[in-house]
Amino acid sequence: MYQFRKGTELLNLCQRYELNIDEIMLRCEIEESGQSRKQIWELMQDNLQVMNDSIIKGLDPDLKSAGGLVGGNASKVQFYMEKDNLCGKTVLKVIAYALAVSECNAAMGKIVAAPTAGASGILPGILVALSEEKGYSQEELIKSLFVAAAVGKIIATNATLSGAEGGCQAECGSAASMAAAAAVFLAGGSPQMSLDAGAIALKGLLGLVCDPVAGLVEVPCSKRNGNTAAIALTSADMALAGIKSFLPFDEVVEAMYRIGKIMVADLRETAAGGCAITPTALRYAEQVITQQND
Amino acid sequence: MTSIFQIIGPVMVGPSSSHTAGAARLGNIARRICGEQPVRVDFYLHGSFAKTWKGHGTGKALLGGIMGMDPADERIADSFHHAMEAGLQYNFHTADLGEVHPNSVKIVMQTADGRIWEMMGSSVGGGKVIISSLNGMDIEFSGDYPTIITFHRDQPGAVAQVSEIISHHNINIAFLKVFRSSRGSDASMVIECDQEAEPDLLEQIKALQVVKEVMFINAGITPAN
Repeated sequence: MYQFRKGTELLNLCQRYELNIDEIMLRCEIEESGQSRKQIWELMQDNLQVMNDSIIKGLDPDLKSAGGLVGGNASKVQFYMEKDNLCGKTVLKVIAYALAVSECNAAMGKIVAAPTAGASGILPGILVALSEEKGYSQEELIKSLFVAAAVGKIIATNATLSGAEGGCQAECGSAASMAAAAAVFLAGGSPQMSLDAGAIALKGLLGLVCDPVAGLVEVPCSKRNGNTAAIALTSADMALAGIKSFLPFDEVVEAMYRIGKIMVADLRETAAGGCAITPTALRYAEQVITQQND
Repeated sequence: MTSIFQIIGPVMVGPSSSHTAGAARLGNIARRICGEQPVRVDFYLHGSFAKTWKGHGTGKALLGGIMGMDPADERIADSFHHAMEAGLQYNFHTADLGEVHPNSVKIVMQTADGRIWEMMGSSVGGGKVIISSLNGMDIEFSGDYPTIITFHRDQPGAVAQVSEIISHHNINIAFLKVFRSSRGSDASMVIECDQEAEPDLLEQIKALQVVKEVMFINAGITPAN
C-alpha cells in the first residue's frame, strides 16, 4: 500500500495520503519488515545516537587515521568557524561535522554507513549541524532520517550506492542527495522540494570518480565528505528558494546509473586511476606496502 | 526489498565495509566454526586484503571476530592488545589463494586440545561474506541465515536423519546443500534455516552415528560468548 520504487510514486503517495515523505517511508518499512512502528523508530533513534557519538569522537584534534593521512581536520574547521571566515558558521559547522564522522571512520571508530562507510560524514554532518544552529528537535532529526532513507532507497532500487559499481557519484553523490532532501524537510519544505533538492545535489556530483589513494578510505574521501556536505546544503537552499530541478529526480538517478555503467574500472574503487595514481599517491602506496611486509 | 537499515546503516567500525566490517564477520564465523576461542590463529591474506590490510584495519577486524567481536564492536581497534591479554597467539601472512575473490582470507585455528580448523572465505561487498571452504572441503554459505553445518559420512539416509530432527523442532529449511570430497567418504551439509537452532537440536544431530561434527552459525552479527 505504501510501496514505492520511483520518486514519482513516492510523491503520489504523499499526495494521496496527505503525508510527508518521512511518514510514507516509515509506513512502507512497517509493511515490508513486519516490525512495529516503535521498533523501527527506535532503531533509527539508535542510528542517530551513533551519528552524534561519531561526530564527538571525530572532533578530537589528536585523532589519527589507520593509514595516517587524515585526522584533526574537523577540529581545525570547528576552531575556525568561530573566527572571521568566508562561508559563515552554519556551512562551516556542516563541513566540520562531516569531516569529523569521516575521520572517525578512518580511525576505526564506530559510524553509521549512510549509505556507505566512505560517504558516512555527509548526512550526520548536515543534520546535527542544522539541529544545533536552527534548534531542530531530536524527533525532527529522526523523521528527517526517514526522508533521507526514502531517497537512498530509490537510488538503491534504480541505480547503485556502491563506489565499485558506480564511482563516488554513487556514494558521496547519493549521500548528498539524501542529505539535501532531509535538510529541505527539516526547513519545512514540501515533498516535491525535497526531491528537487535531491536532484540538484546529485546533478552537481555526476561523474565523480572513486579513486582512493593506496585503496584506503582517507584521501580524497574524507575532505570530499566535507565538500559534498556543503553541496548538499546549498542544494537544499536552492530548492527552498523555489528553484525547481529541470530534470525530474528519477531521471537524474537514471543518468547517474548510466554514467556509472560506462565509467572505466580504473575509476571505480580499484585505486588504479585518478588521485590514486598521482606521483605522491604512488610514493605513499609503495611506502604502505613496504611497511606491511616488515 | 531493501530494508531502510541497509541504507541508513549498518552501524560498523570503520573505515571500510568490505575490508573492515566484512573481515570482522569472517573472523566471527570462523570463531563459531571452531566452537571456542582458539589458542592460535594464522591468517593468510589474499589479493586486496594482502595489499591494504593494515590501512583498513583488516587484521584487527579479523582478529576481533575470532574473539567474538561483531563489526560494530569498538574494541576492534584494540584487538591486538585484547588478543595478547587473552593469550591468543596470532600471525598474519600474505598468500596467493588462487582463483578466488580479491578480498579473501584463509583462517587456520588451533584449539587448546590441539584440534585444527581451517576456513576460507571472502568479503564480497557491503559487509557481506561468503564462506567457500571448511577443513579443505569446498562448501558455500553466506551467513545471512541461521546456518547448521554438519560433517558426516557420505552414506544413505544421512540427509534424511538430520532433516527429520530439524523438522521435529519446527524449523523451516530455506536452503540445503550437500558437499562431499568423494563418494562414500567425508561429506558436509549446509542447512540455512528461517529460525535459530537451539542447543538441544544440535546435541540430537551430533548424537547421530553418521554425524561427526555439527556447528551452528547464527544470522545476526552478535558476538559469541
